[in-house]
Amino acid sequence: MSEITQGSSFAGAAARPLLGEAARRRLEGVLIPVTALLVGLLLFGLFIALNGKSPEEFYYLVYRGGFGTWFSLQNTMTRAAPLLLTALCVALPAQLGLVVIGGEGAFVLGGLAAAVVGPLFGFAPGWVAIGLMALAGICAGGTWIGLVGAMRHYRGINETISSLLMAYIAIALMHHFVEGPLKDPASLNKPSTVPLGPDMRVGEIPGMDVHWGFAVGILACLLAGFVLSRTTFGFSARIAGGNARAAAVQGLPVGRLILAFTAAAGAAAGLAGMIQVAAVQGSANASLAAGYGYTGILIAFLARQNPVAIIPMALLIGGIDAAGGFIQRRMDLPDATVLVLQGILFVAILVSETLSGRLLPSRNAKG
Amino acid sequence: MTMFPLNRRRFLMAGAALGAAPLVMRSRPAFAASLTAGFIYVGPRDDYGYNQAHAEGAAAIKDMEGLTVVEEENVAESDAVVKTMESMIQLDGAELLFPTSFGYYNPFVVDTAKNYPDVQFRHCGGLWTDKDPKNAGSYFGYIGTAQYICGIIAGHMTKSKKLGFVAAKPIPQVLMNINAYTLGAKSVDPSIQTQVIFTGDWAMPVKEAEAVNALVDQGADVLTCHVDSPKVFVQTAAGRGAYVTGYHTSQAPLAPEKYLTGAEWHWETVYKMFAEKALAGEELPNFVRGGLAEDFVKISDYGPAVTEEARKQADSVKAEVMKGGFAVIKGPLKDNKGNEVVAAGKEYPETAIELEKMDYLIEGVIGSTS
Repeated sequence: MSEITQGSSFAGAAARPLLGEAARRRLEGVLIPVTALLVGLLLFGLFIALNGKSPEEFYYLVYRGGFGTWFSLQNTMTRAAPLLLTALCVALPAQLGLVVIGGEGAFVLGGLAAAVVGPLFGFAPGWVAIGLMALAGICAGGTWIGLVGAMRHYRGINETISSLLMAYIAIALMHHFVEGPLKDPASLNKPSTVPLGPDMRVGEIPGMDVHWGFAVGILACLLAGFVLSRTTFGFSARIAGGNARAAAVQGLPVGRLILAFTAAAGAAAGLAGMIQVAAVQGSANASLAAGYGYTGILIAFLARQNPVAIIPMALLIGGIDAAGGFIQRRMDLPDATVLVLQGILFVAILVSETLSGRLLPSRNAKG
Repeated sequence: MTMFPLNRRRFLMAGAALGAAPLVMRSRPAFAASLTAGFIYVGPRDDYGYNQAHAEGAAAIKDMEGLTVVEEENVAESDAVVKTMESMIQLDGAELLFPTSFGYYNPFVVDTAKNYPDVQFRHCGGLWTDKDPKNAGSYFGYIGTAQYICGIIAGHMTKSKKLGFVAAKPIPQVLMNINAYTLGAKSVDPSIQTQVIFTGDWAMPVKEAEAVNALVDQGADVLTCHVDSPKVFVQTAAGRGAYVTGYHTSQAPLAPEKYLTGAEWHWETVYKMFAEKALAGEELPNFVRGGLAEDFVKISDYGPAVTEEARKQADSVKAEVMKGGFAVIKGPLKDNKGNEVVAAGKEYPETAIELEKMDYLIEGVIGSTS
């Protein structure tokens, strides 16, 4: 938590720095990742050139396929929709210094729970059923990752490993139920749950070809950003993340914070799973485990665990995804090329973190 | 919706990169038809399996006069495939789409077909019904009979009288292959058994390798599979010294000595037919299915290890199949729990609708559907 550890530097104000400390940090917070992204793109251009293709062509196609037309932009937003919420599943526990990487499990179970609950309320109005499905997704995902937090707090089990292993269990459970007790007999060669009725489906944002999940994701990120930066609850979480023992000495309920943040993280991923079922798939089946939970990890780290920064990063990765197919088709490059690009960007951002606090010299920082 | 304003210089550059420059720049004669066809794969197109079988079909029609082929691999069975189809339509001008993965169909292909009535969609899997949009359709192959012939070869080559089958999920199509393979082997020697291991999903390379090892440890000496990419399966089995018969496409290059034969798709037949009709401006059929006789599926060339006797029996059965109406599944037939599943005198040729609901493993198969 750089903001806390660097908090004492106001003493240097007497030396009249060029910029105020807060402004300097904010500027750095934008400059560093943007520079890292540019460097990453340049490195990747080199990689493309080494493969005998034109980097200029590549950049152009990423722009065209991901952002350059209204169609491309909507494509990007659609792809970003689930990622906004699964990235929150990583970024929220990260405030407490926890690295949770098993959002895929909460996503899959959230989708499964929604697909089970929806048809039970076929008699109710569509919006009631959708509300209950969302609740089911939130509860299923929240319980799953909350369990990871509980194991961490009560038994000291490493949350990174346990969340990953629990994701495998969740996917296996989903397969078991979809191909066993919950299988719709009509789904012969693609075992699925009973399809949701048309009034239980989440539709598209008016005037756009993007489903409501995108709006929900944006709101969730903004809400998380607000809670973290503007409430005492969020503030205490950040203190606990900086130094859990010091926070406990101060009387902060560290255990309850861990449970609340992991449950909220799981709830976000579970809601994403519910939206995937209600807006995209129409039923739960093996296609739910498409890796959205894992891509969320990449985005949360690119956003440096800042919930609001998740929004542009999810759009960036969504855009690269959207352009990926276009690049395959136009440049005759394999799909793995896009993964190489994502990897290089990821490393560039992580490396750039070490520049934090050094890019724009403040007078009191020596060296 | 804004169309992609193609910058001509860019387009030509991309075309050149594709190696398709001659197609793009050729000044078209006044009345010749032209067409862009898009192929979408769920996995990598060089997987030695399901996706490669389709990509080989696409490659076979690439050079057709007036036809441009665009391809995209690793497209998930989610709204990603909707966006890929729309992108092919809007940015590439595709008018004929082949989304090849089974899970693309409902709701993704159906909904997109409704939104783009001027584009033709043909999906691999046989799911189309008259209630679906008229600009959509299905194609599929009856590969069970080909597995029956592979089973005959396996039956001749096994010494332990035990075959191994690595399968993804116990769904009707997979069960049909397992049963047909076993029946083929049993036609050689009724005492032969097939041990099945289900891995649970279509692409589980680690589990597939473990399954192969388990099967070989239990004495199986000829193995086959039904998973999306048989690459790991074939390499592991051959590494353990077992014979293999392949699936989807030929895996002979991976194990030239141990590869006996295989049940392959031959999508070239289907894609050529659709492309020719579309280029000629004819209406495309909504539903096409075929087997060995229709050249929708084929049998891999026999490997060097296959004995003369095995070749002879396999070839004679194949000749029988080519005449049409051949039935692999016929009564009396019991499942492996002792229940009669097909009554004596009853025959189901490969086109029989009853086979599409298969939910049993026949006598001689060791394994369970649940």
